[in-house]
Parts: sequence; C-alpha cells; structure tokens
Amino acid sequence: MTVAIKVENLSKKYVIGAAQERQDTLRDWLVAAGRSLRRRPTAENEFWALRDVSFEVQRGEVVGVIGRNGAGKSTLLKILSRITEPTSGRAYINGRVGSLLEVGTGFHPELTGRENIFLNGAILGMRRTEIARKFDEIVAFAEIEKFLDTPVKRYSSGMYVRLAFAVAAHLEPEILLVDEVLAVGDAAFQKKCLGKMGDVAREGRTVLFVSHNMSAMQRLCQNAIFLQDGRLSSYDDVQKIADLYFGTKGYNTSVSFEPKPSLPIFLRKIEIVDCSTNLPTAGKIEISDGFFIRVTYEVTKKIKGVHTFLRIQASNGETVLSTGDCDVNPAKLLEDRIPGVYTALVKIPPYLLGTGDYSVTWSAGIPFQINYDVEWNVVNFRVLDSLSERGEFMHFRKPGYLGLNLEWQYVVG
Amino acid sequence: MTETALTKATDEFGVVIEPTRGLAALQLRAVWQYRELLGFLVWRDVKVRYKQTALGVAWVVLQPLVNMLIFTLLFGVLLKVPSGGAPYPVFAFAALLPWNYFASSLNRASTSLIGSANLITKVYFPRLIVPLSGVLSGLVDFAVSFLLLGVLMLVYRLPLSWTMLWLPFFLLLAMVTALGFGLWLAALNVRFRDVNYLVPFLVQVWMYATPVIYGSTLIPERFRWLLALNPMTGVTEGFRWALLGSRLADAAAPGGLFYVSIGISLLVLISGMVFFRSTEKTFADVI
Repeated sequence: MTVAIKVENLSKKYVIGAAQERQDTLRDWLVAAGRSLRRRPTAENEFWALRDVSFEVQRGEVVGVIGRNGAGKSTLLKILSRITEPTSGRAYINGRVGSLLEVGTGFHPELTGRENIFLNGAILGMRRTEIARKFDEIVAFAEIEKFLDTPVKRYSSGMYVRLAFAVAAHLEPEILLVDEVLAVGDAAFQKKCLGKMGDVAREGRTVLFVSHNMSAMQRLCQNAIFLQDGRLSSYDDVQKIADLYFGTKGYNTSVSFEPKPSLPIFLRKIEIVDCSTNLPTAGKIEISDGFFIRVTYEVTKKIKGVHTFLRIQASNGETVLSTGDCDVNPAKLLEDRIPGVYTALVKIPPYLLGTGDYSVTWSAGIPFQINYDVEWNVVNFRVLDSLSERGEFMHFRKPGYLGLNLEWQYVVG
Repeated sequence: MTETALTKATDEFGVVIEPTRGLAALQLRAVWQYRELLGFLVWRDVKVRYKQTALGVAWVVLQPLVNMLIFTLLFGVLLKVPSGGAPYPVFAFAALLPWNYFASSLNRASTSLIGSANLITKVYFPRLIVPLSGVLSGLVDFAVSFLLLGVLMLVYRLPLSWTMLWLPFFLLLAMVTALGFGLWLAALNVRFRDVNYLVPFLVQVWMYATPVIYGSTLIPERFRWLLALNPMTGVTEGFRWALLGSRLADAAAPGGLFYVSIGISLLVLISGMVFFRSTEKTFADVI
C-alpha cells in the first residue's frame, strides 16, 4: 500500500488579537503597530489551532476526523487543501486532491443552473471536458432538469443545495477532503449523498472526512482521527474513536431483552434511531435532527385494553414527556391485541427536547389496573446543539427541557 | 532518515505543503495549469456584469460616448484644447478608450480579492488568477467601444494606417500597468479596506495626470519627462499616434521617454507579483 497523505508535526498558529480587533483600515493598523512596539506578542494572544499533528493515510482508506468545536478539524482540512499555510511542519499529498469545504462555492446567483455547473466544476478543479461529460449525470442527480436555464437565485434552497452537491459529488479526485457538507438538504437527500460518498469510498479513493455526524462517520470510515484542542488525541478504529468521543460514560441506544413468556406482553428491544440512517444513533443527537424511539415488544396471548407507554426523563429524574400508543393513533390496538411481535416507531421531532441528557422508560399495562412489564431508564441519549449559530459560535446552552424555537412578535414604539 | 530516502520521499509525493520562507516563487506555471478556471472567471465577470440591466452591453458604448461628447464640448469647443490638427472627438476618444479600459481594470483588480473572499477561504487555486481575470474581463468592453471608435473614424473619413498594427502593443502596456498596480492594491486591500476609498480617488487624479483630454504637447518641453514617469502617458499617446499619426501636427513616434514608461510598468508588475505572492499565504486568514 502506498501513502496518500502524510502529515508531519503540522502546527498552525493564529494571533487572536488580529482576529478580534480587526485592523481593517490603515488607521487601526497604525494604532496596533504602535501598541505592538511596546508589547511584543505574548503567548496569551496566540492561539494554536493545530499543534504537532502527525499521521498517515494509506491510499484507498476512508478516514474520519472528529473533535469538538475548535479542536482544529477545519484548520487541518484548510491546510491540506492548501487554502492556508501551516506555521510549521509539513504535509505530503500524493495524488490529485479535491476538497469540499462547502458545497456551492462560487455559485453565482445571477447565473443559470447550467452556467453554475460549469463555473462551480471549474472552481472545484474539474476540466471543462470532464464537466461536459458528466453534465447529464449531474443534472439527473440534482433533479433540476426543468430549471436548468433559470438563474439559481430563483431556486428554492433545497434545489440550490442539491445542485451544489451534485456538482461536488461528481468530482473524481484521487484524494477527497470533505468538511461537514452532508449537514445540508433534507433527510432523503442526505441519505442519497451518504450513498454517493460510500460509492466514492468503494471505488478505492482516499477520503478524509470531517463531521459531527458520528453515525455517518461510523458507516463510511474504517479509522478515525480524534482531535482535541489542536492535538491528535487518538488515531484508531472508528468504533474505538466513537467510544472515546462520547466519553467513558457512554450512551446506551440499543438494548435487547430476553423473552419473558410468562407475561402476556413484554419488551424485546428498544432503540434510539437516527432519522436518516434508520440505525441506532451513537447517543448524541443534534437538536435540529429529531430521532425515533423504536420499540419492539411481543404479545403472547390475546389481551384487551392494554396501553404501551414511553416516558422521557431528564438526567435529574424529572419527567419531561410521556406518550402512549393511545395518544394519536389507537389503531384499534386498545381493544384486542392478538399475539405477535409488534414494532412501534415514535418520532421525536427536532427542537422538541432542549439540550441535555435524557433517558427513556418503557411500560405496558392497563391504566389504573395492572402494569405487565416496565423497564426503567433503559436507553439514554444526549441532545446537543453544535451546528447552529447559537451552539457553534456563542457556546451557550439554552437551559430548559424544551428546545422549541418560539416566534417573537414585536411592537416597537 | 538518510539523504537518499528523503529525496525519494519527495519524489514520491505530488505536493509538499510547508510554510514558505522568504520570498515566494511566482508560480506562473500553476497559473497556466489553472487557465481554464481563469477563463471561467473572466466569462462569469462579463456575463454577470450586464445581467438584469435593461440596456446590457449598450452601457459599454454609452459611457465613453457621453464622456467624449462632454469633453468635446468643454475642452474641444469651449476651451479649445489643441488636438494637433485631428478632429477633437476622435482625438479625445482615442485616448479615452485605453484610459477607460485601464481605469475599470485597475478598479476591478483591486477589489477582486475582497469580492472573491468566499472562494479564497474555501478552495485552493493560484490567487493571481483573481486580479488577472479582472484585468482580462475588461477586454470585452474595450473591444465593444473599439468598434465605436471605428465608426467615429469612418464618420470623420480618417484613413487606415500601418501604425495601427502597434495598437495591441499599447493595449498590452495598459494591461501590464493595470495588472501591476492592481496586484499591489488587491493584496493591500485584503488587509486595509482603505484601498476601496483610495482607488476611485487615485483614478480621478491619475486621469488628469495623463494626456487624455489634452495632448502631451500641451506640457512645456522641459516638464515632459515627468509625464513619462506615468506609464499611461505612453499608452494614451501611443494610441493617438497609432490611430491618427499622420494627422497630428507634431506626430512623434514613441521615443526614448516611451521606454521609460515600459520600464516602469514592468517594474510595477514584477514587484506587484512578488508582493502579492508573499502576502498570499495570509489571505485566507485575514480576508
């Protein structure tokens, strides 16, 4: 195997002063220059976005890069994409690089879809002939045939993103550097994009994939790099990195139970399921994502008037929400439940729960009469907000069990 | 690692990313490799400029035309600026043409990096392409107004002359000058937004310092070397000579002072490229 990417002691320093008090005009700069004559730059106003990072990626490997906000993920990709220079250290790249730090870079709102495909393709490093060859495929992938000659400023945001991603997805570099671009579009399109990414990986290309989406990363990558405060904390099998990333405590998002045939109804399995992949999540759920609670239970004999319940509790034990299968959709199950295995999917919409840790309790019984089976706090998960402006830039958590964004109507005067 | 292993390693790897020390190489070969992107950026510039304008390309003709009419009225008719025997409208237009090209190219080049901030922070390509596309996209406007000049010359029944073959050369000099100053200003603009205010002012002053509304013969002989320090003098006077040469009373082919103009604009171009390249590494961080 040959090495595709080799990084040796890569470091990148930013001077925070320059970023915070922007020296946009000559006057600002003169003032700052005068100040710095008296006060040399100190370690205080330096910020090491990356420090002594070294690793190797073999050709054909798909490696994830994960870390919290400000851990240096984006800086690493920017250096490898040659957008910014490292302060010290070096990196070797063996092969044609395509980098996707954003979809739709260089899209011009006044130009038509057709024109933007060529422009964006060229910006991403495709040859004109290459774009022309893949043109039909790109249009079909984006599903915008009818709007090819409409300026993209008239596109819906969904169409815009689909077109942008379609161009990017048809880039065929030997080494692909991807940053979080999957955090766009609706769930169905995200799924399609994940599929496309999987194809890229299977074709034997090298991919470095930065994402907050651990479940996508677990599906696509064999190995992952965990960055912490600019340092490479671990480079290992993606499963081990996932465990590390979620901390020692960990989250149980899928629990199975032995059958209890003596009971008329008992729980077989309960899972916290990702909306887009239909697989159990790794336990951390973006507030903007929503998720399912999937419950599988077995009924051993015909029963009447039985409800199944879910109760969501916050980490302090307070019950935030209860829901039963009689809530919205009785489906005549309340009258007679015939023996068999039942699977229920309960959708918890985005922004319902506020950020924090929660656990789920399942129970089945006849209200005020009997409880057949109950499993307390079997699965748990965390709702977090790392993608929104609030979570990403302001680093403050909105307290409360409910995450709903409410409308503020103003009367000013 | 032994020396041979090290050289082998660098052979094996396509790109080595490391901090540049000292002056950066000009990387003209990389610009050539990205020529298709350059083409697309120029095409985008031209395409977008007249989208959703009612008059479209007519603006290209209208602007110099109105300028010429005003100049003719003010300086040709009222102030009677000597035009060396040529009809003043053609005399003025012959210089306005390259001047407008220069002024708009300089303006576009110096704001180009700021305008492409989203590209610069997200994609790699040789940054030189950005101001270069600003200078190249002005050529389309130039070509359109050049047709207008042709019409004007027909109206005044001015003959074609062999000296016109020199026009591309003078145009190239205008390009080199615009690019040279444009590179300096574009790179400075990333750091200091003062450039945005400076450029329109600079262009205005510069126009009066260049023989556009007047001919260089208006300046006393002993001060004329001062004009030569301005490369645009060579361009506008060159255009007049090439187009109207035989008509001008003091038709002097470009002489010694002209070489000074060329020298100066090449100097600005090369220093501009060096300055641009060595500040380029911080563009994405400070823009």
